[in-house]
Amino acid sequence: MSDYSDQVMGARRRPRAWRFRSLLWLPIPILAILFQVYTPMFIGYLAFLEAPLLVTVYYALTRREPIPGLLAGCAIGLAQDAFSHNPIGLFGISKSLVGYLAGSLSQRVDVDNLVIRFLAGFVFFFFHQFLYWALATALLSQKLALDPIQTVVMSVLNALVAVPLFAALDKL
Amino acid sequence: MDYAISRYRNITVLVLVLGAQFLLLAYQVKRHEELTPIRVWAMSGFMPVARMLDFARNNTIGLVERYAWLVSAQSENGRLKAELDTFKLENQFLKNELATADRARALAMFQATSPHRLLAARVMGTSTAPGSHVMFLDRGSRDGVRKGMAVITPDGIAGRVTTAQPTGSQVMLVTDTNFAAGVISEKGRVRGVMKGQGHASVLVDYVQNEDKLEPGEIFYTSGDDWIFPKGLPVGPVKVARRGRGIFKEIFVEPAGLQRGLESVLVMLEGVHQGVPPSFPAINDPSEPMSQMTPPAGAADPGNSTAGGGKQLPIDADQILNKYERIGKAQGHRIGAGPVPNFAITPPPPPAAVATVPPAPVPGKQSP
Repeated sequence: MSDYSDQVMGARRRPRAWRFRSLLWLPIPILAILFQVYTPMFIGYLAFLEAPLLVTVYYALTRREPIPGLLAGCAIGLAQDAFSHNPIGLFGISKSLVGYLAGSLSQRVDVDNLVIRFLAGFVFFFFHQFLYWALATALLSQKLALDPIQTVVMSVLNALVAVPLFAALDKL
Repeated sequence: MDYAISRYRNITVLVLVLGAQFLLLAYQVKRHEELTPIRVWAMSGFMPVARMLDFARNNTIGLVERYAWLVSAQSENGRLKAELDTFKLENQFLKNELATADRARALAMFQATSPHRLLAARVMGTSTAPGSHVMFLDRGSRDGVRKGMAVITPDGIAGRVTTAQPTGSQVMLVTDTNFAAGVISEKGRVRGVMKGQGHASVLVDYVQNEDKLEPGEIFYTSGDDWIFPKGLPVGPVKVARRGRGIFKEIFVEPAGLQRGLESVLVMLEGVHQGVPPSFPAINDPSEPMSQMTPPAGAADPGNSTAGGGKQLPIDADQILNKYERIGKAQGHRIGAGPVPNFAITPPPPPAAVATVPPAPVPGKQSP
């Protein structure tokens, strides 16, 4: 009785909940970009946190489709590029690929699992940093240093932040 | 066809999106142009939100930050106050060191110019007995200190040695009830015996009620006690009143103790000196005696003594000097001719006066 009722009620409530969550998807990336732009001015050690990337990954994982993840990554990346000194497109390409891969991954694994979320945060951050470095070096001839150990440490830190952040975004 | 589109839809979209961005990037790199509109839009959208965030931050976190700053300022204020206290203590310490150095220098100057043979000593402590006015010096019999020697400061007498150990000595201060010394007043040459009373003032006893004495008049040692040579300042009269019996009640403020005792001079060998006819301390009691102008005759180059210093004339010297000047003025030769007229006013005195032999000091071995 109860299972059946829950299924029915859930099916009826879902569209409204999804609409509400869809409305939230506009301010959250903006807040993430603002956080990335604004917060390091006052709290320098928070510069390691790639909030737009984590939001992209979360969006791609929860939508469980590659194309929305790709588009979200593209939009967030381009917006992030607008606040950088580099030509527009570097973050866009990187985050587009991350969103696409995260969306593809979400179709094959249980993305609600905390370990999976941690690993996703770790792998995608490292991949994003590597991709950005490769693009900047190859396309713009920029001499960026990619310290593997530092990148791994930052990947771990971002993954550690990603787990509670994703849980908090789940509640919205 | 539909199957192919639906099957490769994702990858197609990915390629399109990435390709578009690569083209965008290539365009910017090739033209060396920035996509200004995108940045302007981003900045235009960002600034209002950033202002709101800044306003919110200033009124929330900013308040907390300012409060934390106040707290840190308070703690810093406390730390600075503690530092200031430390510096004050250090400053006080350095001032004391400087004052000690000044006193030591004054003591050394007095020691160098004094006709007496003096030994500088530091006061190391005082007696623990209640009411006793005794102190301990760091110089003892090894340094030539003997029992009964006079202890003085540049301002006056301080006491006498009661015990001389090899490494130190004990000194009874003039204020001790067992202390006594012969004294003579500055103007009327009134003689008396100074006695310690156990407090700051000392009593001058055995001065008759008929003797003339004024407050502020200085008492000097008379040399009668064979401890202190004649002419050392004792101190000014504080109170001089008629006593119940035949003697006056005279209280003197010991000049040698007025500036505190940290360093003193032990008189190994004393020389009698004259009592100066007047003393500037009457006009300015606050001036330390050690800094006063020396009395007339003190700078007389002819007044050399065994100690190498200079000495002042006593009463008999002054009378002898006066008669010599009268005789010289009338061309009189001693042992020949008529008796000179001693009623005339003698010419001004020459600088030279007679030398007085050193006073016997207990503990000093005569050669």
